[in-house]
Amino acid sequence: MKQSIFKVVSNETIAKNVYKMVLSGNTSEITSPGQFVNLLVDSCFLRRPISVCDVNGNELTLVYKVVGTGTKLMSKAEAGDEFDTLTGLGNGYDLSPSGDKPLLLGGGVGVPPLYMLAKQLVSQGKKVSVVLGFNTKEEIFYEDEFKALGADVTVTTADGSYGVKGFVTDALPDEYTYFYTCGPEPMLKSVFRKTVTSGQFSFEERMGCGFGACMGCSCKTVTGYKRICKEGPVLKKEEILWED
Amino acid sequence: MGRLSVDLCGITLDNPVIPASGTFGFGYEFAEIYDINVLGTFSFKGTTKEPRFGNPTPRIAECTSGMINAVGLQNPGIDKVISEELPKLKNCFSKPVMANIGGFSVDEYIENVSKISEEEQVGWIELNISCPNVHSGGVNFGTDAKSAAEVVRAVKPFCKKPLIVKLTPNVTDIVSIAKACEAEGADGISLINTLLGMRIDLKTKKPVIRNIMGGFSGPAIFPVALRMVYQVANAVNVPVVGMGGVSKAEDVIEMMLAGATAVEIGTANLVNPKACLNIINGLPRVMDEYSIDKLSDISGGALNG
Repeated sequence: MKQSIFKVVSNETIAKNVYKMVLSGNTSEITSPGQFVNLLVDSCFLRRPISVCDVNGNELTLVYKVVGTGTKLMSKAEAGDEFDTLTGLGNGYDLSPSGDKPLLLGGGVGVPPLYMLAKQLVSQGKKVSVVLGFNTKEEIFYEDEFKALGADVTVTTADGSYGVKGFVTDALPDEYTYFYTCGPEPMLKSVFRKTVTSGQFSFEERMGCGFGACMGCSCKTVTGYKRICKEGPVLKKEEILWED
Repeated sequence: MGRLSVDLCGITLDNPVIPASGTFGFGYEFAEIYDINVLGTFSFKGTTKEPRFGNPTPRIAECTSGMINAVGLQNPGIDKVISEELPKLKNCFSKPVMANIGGFSVDEYIENVSKISEEEQVGWIELNISCPNVHSGGVNFGTDAKSAAEVVRAVKPFCKKPLIVKLTPNVTDIVSIAKACEAEGADGISLINTLLGMRIDLKTKKPVIRNIMGGFSGPAIFPVALRMVYQVANAVNVPVVGMGGVSKAEDVIEMMLAGATAVEIGTANLVNPKACLNIINGLPRVMDEYSIDKLSDISGGALNG
């Protein structure tokens, strides 16, 4: 973990209520895709955990959806604004078990962390398939960015306004060696049931600190209690215990 | 003794800054970003006999100038704390640590206190009496003077370290509870634990916290905490450790003027992991600003008589 100041380079809307913020700062602690950063937003008490979408040298890209007060304030940030930021948080995706044909499944605001993962898998020479699920056409983002990496991209929309009508699990390819996923919990449960290989899931939970101190975001797993912010947010399929 | 040092129950602290239990784990996360030996000490994660997961999530809710938690004493259990956490802690913290001990029955408190008393690294035992008593319908030990006194009386003979009893503010008369604990042999009183609170999510129209209610902490509660520290310090002769919403060096001095010998810092650590480091570094400047030579001189400076 590292605490440092990041400066906004750009902050623009890329889909309905979805923003892309590029920041510049010390990214040395960000070691794997699927990790997150925790931003101190003026006039909010707790920090805002946001998953890392991409890192290029000292530039950090975050893609986030406006869902409440904190992200609303973030959306108003302008170039030159600064954020006190904790980086290097959480255990990200492990690329080693991916096999030759990894499948990436992202739902809505769960799409961003898969971008850096796709980039790294492609650079390892893997044949990457990506299925991106959204509610409706105007919420779609990053389809072209994933295509530009050379990934095979399928988009689904729940209302059928673009691409395949339905959810990401309605567009699973016939063949894949492993999968990586991030999205809302109902989607993750469906992915858990409908996938035929092993894989890794990224989870979300309300956090106090984001670095393992408060135990606010704990969950039960096959291998014991885990903190989403510390041992997670990425968990292996085999260790997940669904509650309820 | 330096400008910042204070004496807490016979042990000298380099400064009065103590990260509060439940906001500092067993120290490792913070040791990643600063040398935690700069602290006076810290109070480790509340420990019970059995390992506990705690309450279902969500168990965190944000508030204006504060937060609510309903973690529910998640901890690995006292045996693992002794066999795994304390040896690990030794690698990053060389001072006596404050052991925060919980319990769900008088017998459990006795067992936990007996075991942790044997640990050389432990300087003080902070007894969390804000736990529900499973033998009397889940009423917190700390919410009436009689049951608080009963726990202190029971553990005292087994306690080989200074015993600091941590009080809940969710009571009618905290002074009577503090006095009852002192009368049974408490060597110190720490206060306040969190205030019971809740939030409702306007989107779902349901409580944010799965357990509905939780403990409210953060800068918003500072005036309430200060008032209770003042009341208790006026009424007891043992040292008082003040806490509740402390987030800057000025707050530490205010708490000490209200009668605190040392000061715990909780929620601030979660927002800014370097909060305690910044407070310690900021104290000399603030002391100069208010013409304070030595911190130990000001404790209780604002008390009556």
